[in-house]
Amino acid sequence: MLRVCLKGANSAARKCLCGNGVPLHPLQQCRSYTSGGSGSSAGKIVAASVLTMGGGVGGTILYANWDPKFRANVEKSIPYSDQVFGLALGPAAPPPVINKPRKVEPVQISSMSEVWKDSKQPKAKEVQRKAEQPDAEGPPAPAPQETLEEASAQVAQILSAIGEVPSVPAPGTHEAEAVPPPAALKGVPAAAAKCTECEHEPAVKERPEGEVAARLAEQDKAEQDLLTSLSSNLEDALGSTAKVTLQAIGAQEAALQAIAQHTRQLREAMEAEAPPDKKSTQWRVLEDALSERSRSVDEAGAAVLKAKAELDKLRGVIDGAKHLKIAAARPSILAAEENLHSMVVDLDSVVTRVQTAQSEAKIVSQYSELVNEAKAQFQKELNSITPEIQANWKGLRKLTQDDLNSLIAHAHRRIDQLNRELAEQRVREQIHIDSALEQQKLEDKKALEVAISTALEHNREQMRLEQEKKVEETREVMEAEMRTQLRRQAAAHTDHLRDVLKVQEQELRSEAEEILNSSLMEKETEYRRLTQDQLDSFTLDMNAAYARLKGMEEAIDSHVIAEEEARKAHQLWLSVEALNYTLKTAALNDPTEPLEGAVQAIKESCAEDEFAQALATALPSESLSRGVYSEASLRARFYTIRQLARRVALIDETRNSLYQYFLSYLQAMLLFEKAQEAPPAKLSAEDLDTFKLLSYAAYSLEHGDLELAAKLVNQLKGESRRVAQDWLKEARLTLETKQVVSLLSAYANAVGLGTTMAP
Amino acid sequence: MANEHGQKWDRCLADSAVKIATGLGVGIVFSVLFFKRRTWPVAFGSGVGLGMGYSNCQQDFRSPYQLHGHRVKVSKSNTS
Repeated sequence: MLRVCLKGANSAARKCLCGNGVPLHPLQQCRSYTSGGSGSSAGKIVAASVLTMGGGVGGTILYANWDPKFRANVEKSIPYSDQVFGLALGPAAPPPVINKPRKVEPVQISSMSEVWKDSKQPKAKEVQRKAEQPDAEGPPAPAPQETLEEASAQVAQILSAIGEVPSVPAPGTHEAEAVPPPAALKGVPAAAAKCTECEHEPAVKERPEGEVAARLAEQDKAEQDLLTSLSSNLEDALGSTAKVTLQAIGAQEAALQAIAQHTRQLREAMEAEAPPDKKSTQWRVLEDALSERSRSVDEAGAAVLKAKAELDKLRGVIDGAKHLKIAAARPSILAAEENLHSMVVDLDSVVTRVQTAQSEAKIVSQYSELVNEAKAQFQKELNSITPEIQANWKGLRKLTQDDLNSLIAHAHRRIDQLNRELAEQRVREQIHIDSALEQQKLEDKKALEVAISTALEHNREQMRLEQEKKVEETREVMEAEMRTQLRRQAAAHTDHLRDVLKVQEQELRSEAEEILNSSLMEKETEYRRLTQDQLDSFTLDMNAAYARLKGMEEAIDSHVIAEEEARKAHQLWLSVEALNYTLKTAALNDPTEPLEGAVQAIKESCAEDEFAQALATALPSESLSRGVYSEASLRARFYTIRQLARRVALIDETRNSLYQYFLSYLQAMLLFEKAQEAPPAKLSAEDLDTFKLLSYAAYSLEHGDLELAAKLVNQLKGESRRVAQDWLKEARLTLETKQVVSLLSAYANAVGLGTTMAP
Repeated sequence: MANEHGQKWDRCLADSAVKIATGLGVGIVFSVLFFKRRTWPVAFGSGVGLGMGYSNCQQDFRSPYQLHGHRVKVSKSNTS
């Protein structure tokens, strides 16, 4: 699209440029034409591209809405897409949270018991006791186990507070934990309070054996005391209750006896027809028996009440003992409970027996009452018929016949009546029997119910006692097992302690050894240092003395050496003088004599002097073998050289044809320069002309400066240089030799000066 | 070295003289024998002699300045 626009713009520009002189209107036209012409297609293209892009974006968003993974991928790959998605779809759903199941470590009973054994017992016991009190509501049977768990929970809390054993109190293996957890929670703050106390103790201190034993003994004693007191209490209570119960039972038995006797006597009185006086005695005896019976029954009732009170008291004492929860007292408690139970059972049985006897007696008394009633009735009837015969049966013989007849008639009438009544009674017998049976059934049912309830009670009690006995047994077994485990733990602990002690011993020993070694080393180094110091001072003194001696020796030697040196210098000087003299032997055009001999002499005279040797060897070999020319000869030769150099002034590497030679000759003939010209201090470029150089050199030669002349001649170029080469070489030789010789003589002078000693 | 110049001149002149003379002679001979006693072979011969002498003289004077070139064959090496 951009290209299209650009193309359009370009074409427009071209057209505009082409039509340079054309006015603005066609320009605009062409511009609009181009934009219009391509505008529609461009617009189509623009619309199509916008649609495509929108479709792509919308599709992406929709798919991201459906597939969260795709959404995450896109968000990761494209930078700001997460914001776009957030705007369009809302935040992405968070990944599902995985809850790790909380791991609960079981309580390490070994370490716990270790700690129990070691040093935390009193506190633990206290905590245990404190924790036990809120436990009273729990059922007594799981109580001991619960208390153990409780105690373990408390101890574990203490341990975790101190930081030894990172454990969580066990959730408990018992189902009946509903009560203990709140009790545990109640106990935990107490334990926590205790724990803060524990934390103040710096670390788990191993209390000494004796102390532990003492504590254990104390605890045992306390337990024993409590136990004895408890048992004595129980025994007292048991004794008193037994006594009272026995009393009650005795009373009940007596009552039973009395009742039985009374009943028997009543029956006898009913059935036996004795003479009236005996009857009265019988009746009196009966009354006595009745009173006796009532008294004994009352007594028995009171005794039963007392016994029941005593039993309740005993039960209370037993419950109190159970509250204290001392394991050792359990059997006695159980025994007491059993006794209680048996006493209750006996009492109840005796009471039931008394009750049955009483019911029997009631029947008999009812029967007796009925009989009495009948008798009274009969008496009344008799009285009504025969009022004069009152109470004495004795006057029976005095009765008249009428009286007897009336009596007999009455008797007959009575008999008839009684027969009728009997018949009626026989008829009603069945009904009465049925009603009586019903009544009896009801009573029986009631009695059965009562008996059932009591039997149930007794059974329940029995079962509970049995259960407690079983619990007691299992507890004992567990205790024994725990004791063995604890013993094992103790053994392991002692082993571990032994090992640790051994290791510690090793460590301490090595430490001590180290310290010993280090101190030894220190002392040794100190000693060494001192001896070294001594040695050093001694050596220093010795060195000083030696140095002085050496100095003296050296002074003497140097004297000797100085004299030697002086001699040598003298010799050297002489030989140098000889050399100088040799130099002067140069004839006008011949070189000097060869300097070899003189140089040899020098070399011999200063065999050890390196400088002189070097200088001697520095002489050029030519001078040694052939000798050098004198300055005068060189001066003389110079003029010929000058001429020649003048002649070949134009010849150099580039110009060296014969024609150049001719020109150069011409130049030399025609050019006139000063014979001698003083050379300037600095040579400029124009001074490097052959003729000028030659005149400078001539001047310096005339003034005796061979060196400068040689330098100037060295500046010649080309052919002139070549022809002057010879002369230059000779000049160099001479100069070198002269230089070396002058050095040597200077050196000899210096040495000589140096070796002269002031007077 | 200073004498060399003089020695060169001596040589040169001697040589030139000899050559001219020789050329002259050869020219005369040729002129007599082959060219019917014309003068031009004589002139030619002496000219040749002079030229040879001149050339020799120039060569002699140039000799210290002449460079003797050597063709150095470049051998192909690995590092090049």
